Amino acid sequence: MNKIIAKKQLSATVFQMEIEAPEIAEARKAGQFIILQLGGEFDERIPLTIADADPVKGTITIIFQAVGESTHHIALLKEGDYIENLLGPLGNPTDVRHYGHVVCTGGGIGAAPLFPIVEAMKAAGNRVTVILGARTKELVILEEKMRAVADEVIIVTDDGSYGEKALVTEPLKRICETTQVDCVVAIGPPVMMKFVSLTTKPFGIYTIVSLNTIMIDGTGMCGGCRVTVDGRTRFVCVNGPEFDGHLVDWDNLLLRMGTFKAQEEEAHHRCLIGLDAKEGEA
Amino acid sequence: MHPKKQLLDDAAKLLLAELEGKELTARERNQIPLQEMATQDPSERILNMNEVALGYTEAQVRIEAMRCLQCKTKPCVKGCPVGIDIPAFIHEAEKGNYAQAVSIIKESSLLPSVCGRVCPQELQCQMYCTVGKAKKDVEQSVSIGRIERFVADYTREHGLDEIPHVGDNSGKSVAIVGSGPASISAAADLRREGHRVVLFEALHKAGGVLVYGIPEFRLPKEIVEYELEILRKMGVEIRLNYLVGKTRTVDELFDKDGFDAIFVGSGAGLPRFLDIEGENSIGVFSANEYLTRSNLMKAYAKTNALTPMYRSKRVAVFGAGNVAMDAARTAKRLGAEVVSIIYRRTEAEMPARREEIAHAKEEGIEFLYLLAPKRIIPGEDGRVKEVEVIECKLGPEDEDGRRRSMMIEGTESLRSYDTVIVAIGNDSNPLIKATTDGIETSHKGTFIVDPSTCATSLEGVYAGGDIVLGAATVILAMGQGRKAARAMNEYLATL
Repeated sequence: MNKIIAKKQLSATVFQMEIEAPEIAEARKAGQFIILQLGGEFDERIPLTIADADPVKGTITIIFQAVGESTHHIALLKEGDYIENLLGPLGNPTDVRHYGHVVCTGGGIGAAPLFPIVEAMKAAGNRVTVILGARTKELVILEEKMRAVADEVIIVTDDGSYGEKALVTEPLKRICETTQVDCVVAIGPPVMMKFVSLTTKPFGIYTIVSLNTIMIDGTGMCGGCRVTVDGRTRFVCVNGPEFDGHLVDWDNLLLRMGTFKAQEEEAHHRCLIGLDAKEGEA
Repeated sequence: MHPKKQLLDDAAKLLLAELEGKELTARERNQIPLQEMATQDPSERILNMNEVALGYTEAQVRIEAMRCLQCKTKPCVKGCPVGIDIPAFIHEAEKGNYAQAVSIIKESSLLPSVCGRVCPQELQCQMYCTVGKAKKDVEQSVSIGRIERFVADYTREHGLDEIPHVGDNSGKSVAIVGSGPASISAAADLRREGHRVVLFEALHKAGGVLVYGIPEFRLPKEIVEYELEILRKMGVEIRLNYLVGKTRTVDELFDKDGFDAIFVGSGAGLPRFLDIEGENSIGVFSANEYLTRSNLMKAYAKTNALTPMYRSKRVAVFGAGNVAMDAARTAKRLGAEVVSIIYRRTEAEMPARREEIAHAKEEGIEFLYLLAPKRIIPGEDGRVKEVEVIECKLGPEDEDGRRRSMMIEGTESLRSYDTVIVAIGNDSNPLIKATTDGIETSHKGTFIVDPSTCATSLEGVYAGGDIVLGAATVILAMGQGRKAARAMNEYLATL
């Protein structure tokens, strides 16, 4: 049982929770994730990246977007409530080293798992540039925290409501053309990570991407998370979650992410009906 | 033939009235007909997840027990991986002393209600049974597994099981990694000696393969839960959501948490794939994933479960073991119209239990022998559309004594499927090896242990079950758990 210590709504659909999990807080490193299951007989196991941790307090912070039925359920929990099942830390930590100049690129909610990597890259003596991209202004998260750590922060939005009206790849390309970049880290929707990888490839810049695929156990048992990397089948949960973006078979990954699309759409519909009812009662 | 329980019971009662109290000669015992076990009708059971085999009635179990000749040489015991005194428990069952029968079994095996259901008896005890030998038909052997199942179910349902006695606090503590059959047995035997025992399970439910792997229709989960409850009542602590190797390493369990010894029963948890073209298409699943979705995550309960299940009409299952049968029969229950087992050898070489093969056939699973998958062909949407197969023939025996399968060039053909389930086995989970210095493993990644004590190359660390054996059976895993616990109890006494 893991108590929710603090909950904050970062935008209409994005939530941040600080949860008691002393052993995970102690063991985790940047880039690792957890699996959360609410505790019911029928609840799903959801992989979520650890956005922050406090080993002294014994807490971890997760940031998630309420997009599906399960994440909607989690979003309804309040401070003081408990999350029954929390497993972690899973996956391998980020390959944090002194690269020189590191550009960390976060798309949407991807800013959350990116933050501990920005911190760790900075602590390893790198110059760190952060590019945050979002659909619109109110979906830009963690800007202040990033500014406090990084050397430079660039914001882009799809609709131009905040920062530059651009995709993350545009400032990224500009930076790659004008300055020395030694490593790029990209976390966000698979399409964004694909295009970041395509952008950096001509420059030959080592590009780390963090994959969040379909997953059940997170311990290597199910193989649902498998991806093709450099022609080989790899498991995101035990071989990843981070891979060299230039070696990932993005088209296969994007297809596999849609395995349960039909079922998810139905569930989402069901869930919206459920949420409406709850709001009506309140 | 699907005799109803009532009919079987009526016949058994008549016979019992005739035979009860008589001194039976071997000849008379030989004439008693084998007791069939009632099952759910195939047309009904493919619409539900309930247990297929319904078990004996009391009259039936006593009649079946009368078929046992009580051989002095006990050939059946030699076939049992844990050496249960089979004639002795059957003798008690014949007299109706079911609790006594269970205590005899429990001297050697902790989980009779599980093993009675999932052991491949036709390759173990029942293979050596004199009755079967005399009739030259292993299927005519005394149904040892069914009797075992009945007596265990009887004592559970009648509240006759006793919580094993726990010795005085020894001041020592043991960590057990995993909560499958090997770990459950080790935990019970270590706790009996008064050690503090903590079981660490990575998933959100304990039971290992008994929970995520074996479907409800073959092993009801309430039975597994009951056995775990006995452990809890003995004072064994079960910690869920704890992945040894990640949450804490083996070294940390010793150094930070102060455990005195560790048993690793983490299983064979890494699914194997064929490494053929198209294997990462949408709609290709490992049997582990397919079964875990259905069993652990309850995705078969479509209206309640949040974990989705792939919708399939035509399913190809690669492999022919119990896991392949479980996956095929699950797919059928979830609405697939065609489910084919694709196997490169013949029925005689299939590793699955005979009963599972028979049940699968009754349920309309198609068996395609001497056929191997060559590649999986996706449609434009990336979803499985066809499987290219090639015909095979049997060649000479390999080192395991199994006939080799050889592809016949030029015999390729296409078969239409929308889903593929790969059930060709598992490799051992590499996590503990990767995070523990000094653990010796084989080239396959299994732990190397002293066969008499299950001790690994690291002092105080023991291992058993599939992490040592590769993918094996519940009873062998349990046997290793007990063997390790015996050695660990001796080791702990020296500290």
